[in-house]
Amino acid sequence: MAPVLRIEDVEVYYGGVIHVLKGVSLAVPEKGIVALLGANGAGKSTTLKAVSNLLRAERGEVARGTIEFLGRSVLKLDPADIVRLGIVQVLEGRRLFEHLTVEENLRAGAYAQTWGETVKSDLERVYEYFPALAERRELKAGYLSGGEQQMAAIGRAMMGRPKLILLDEPSMGLAPLLVKEIFQIVHRLNRDEDVAILLAEQNALMALSIVQYAYVMEGGRVVSEGRADALARDDTVRRFYLGMADHEEHQSYRKILEEKRAAAGMRNLRKRQSAGGSDDS
Amino acid sequence: MNDLIYGIELTITGLLIGSMYSMVALGFVLIFKASSVFNFAQGAMTLFAALTLVGLIPMVGFWVALLLTVGVMGGVAVFAERAIFRPLVGAEPLVIFVATLGLAFILEGSAQIFWGTQPHGLKLGLPVEPLMIGGVFVSMPDFISALAAAFFVILLVLFFHKTRIGLGLRAIADDHVAAQSMGIQLRKVWTIVWVLAGIVALAAGMLWGARIGVHFAMSLIALKALPVLIIGGIESIPGAIVAGLIVGVAEALGEGFIGPLVGGGVQDIMAYLVALLFLMFRPYGLFGEEMIERV
Repeated sequence: MAPVLRIEDVEVYYGGVIHVLKGVSLAVPEKGIVALLGANGAGKSTTLKAVSNLLRAERGEVARGTIEFLGRSVLKLDPADIVRLGIVQVLEGRRLFEHLTVEENLRAGAYAQTWGETVKSDLERVYEYFPALAERRELKAGYLSGGEQQMAAIGRAMMGRPKLILLDEPSMGLAPLLVKEIFQIVHRLNRDEDVAILLAEQNALMALSIVQYAYVMEGGRVVSEGRADALARDDTVRRFYLGMADHEEHQSYRKILEEKRAAAGMRNLRKRQSAGGSDDS
Repeated sequence: MNDLIYGIELTITGLLIGSMYSMVALGFVLIFKASSVFNFAQGAMTLFAALTLVGLIPMVGFWVALLLTVGVMGGVAVFAERAIFRPLVGAEPLVIFVATLGLAFILEGSAQIFWGTQPHGLKLGLPVEPLMIGGVFVSMPDFISALAAAFFVILLVLFFHKTRIGLGLRAIADDHVAAQSMGIQLRKVWTIVWVLAGIVALAAGMLWGARIGVHFAMSLIALKALPVLIIGGIESIPGAIVAGLIVGVAEALGEGFIGPLVGGGVQDIMAYLVALLFLMFRPYGLFGEEMIERV
């Protein structure tokens, strides 16, 4: 299927000097759900912000590369115009409007829409997905629990009627059971609402259970990619991301890959040698 | 009994004058809500608006002058947003604060260039006979000014809570990055807020100008707004209103009852005394936004 989002060879600098993304390429298929895995500081959030162009607020800048949404470059667009095209980002750490009520938060999510009946029905739809929010609609968002805040943040994004949601670290600071619930809702959202999702997540196990395809980032680069089921089985990914690294925790993923390649190379070499040896005899 | 009536009269006078303090403070609240910056130029904007108005009145008459001044304040707002604040998006609040200081100087300087340094009177042609309500004298001009201030405040509150741009503005006040991620256009909303602040400055300039005349000391009413903001909470519209009234009443009562005992001059310090008390016991003000912290 044609990708709804295509990122090619993107490099990002902060403040003109700090090289954060060093050539990132990835694609999200139409109505697809794709994960961006990696540790803290790998460049996941920066990648998402490069797409939504919220980098500028942090003095960041895309220095090279292309970012296309539905075949159209969004590199030079204002964040507000990008939302109008159909990309909405759920920022890391929820970032609700704390002093606004839950319902006002959701309405703010529909800011880019023409206001009227659609907003009302969209609100009802969000409350259907998140019944807990319906009970607290008049409460100031700052007083919601962490899980409810994440729900409100996702609901707020839904109010913008996006074609693509950039979801940054929804599991952050939440209890495992809640994480599971949120991920199930995200999965349902993708399936039932025809919205594509690019999910940046440290919790690889959780993410791989709902996405179709995933990219693994480290040090501002994509170091591995593949179908979710394949990655979940992949030894190196498991070793590095699912806490199976044991005493080698501090090794970088790339180093492990290099080791693996080197080992494979050695095996091939030995094979060739032994094959050559057998020729000799 | 006489003391009681005197007290009531003072209180009413205080409330009426206080409503005009609220008016000035509102200009600050608007900008602070939108950009978390204390707009040092608000006083200069008030002066600039009042001077422009009194300068234009002899040329084109009151109503045309009023319209033109609204236009000029809009122009100032757009200029301020484009030339000064847009390039500073993402900068430290302190940097933006210093930029408002610069804007204040630009405005005061250009006001001198265009309109000279002479003080002007401003006659709005309001009736002057005092009202008698149940044996209590109420100054008619003050009463009308208070009505005008109340009207403005109600309009602003409706704007904030009932319109889409008002919602966008409150969202930006809370978290401008998250607001942008919702498609709220920072620049557009900021421009609108500056225009509003300009119009509030004009209204305040008119009301104060009619009362004390239009001259350069007017930009100092910013200093009166400061205690109002501390008492009410700098990001709260209801706070600005209530605190303005409190300051007005405190000044009138202080001057009326304590003043004669100490030889007058109490009026000027009352606002700061009250503000000091608030700083000690309720530092975020009456309606200021407490930091919401979940435990």
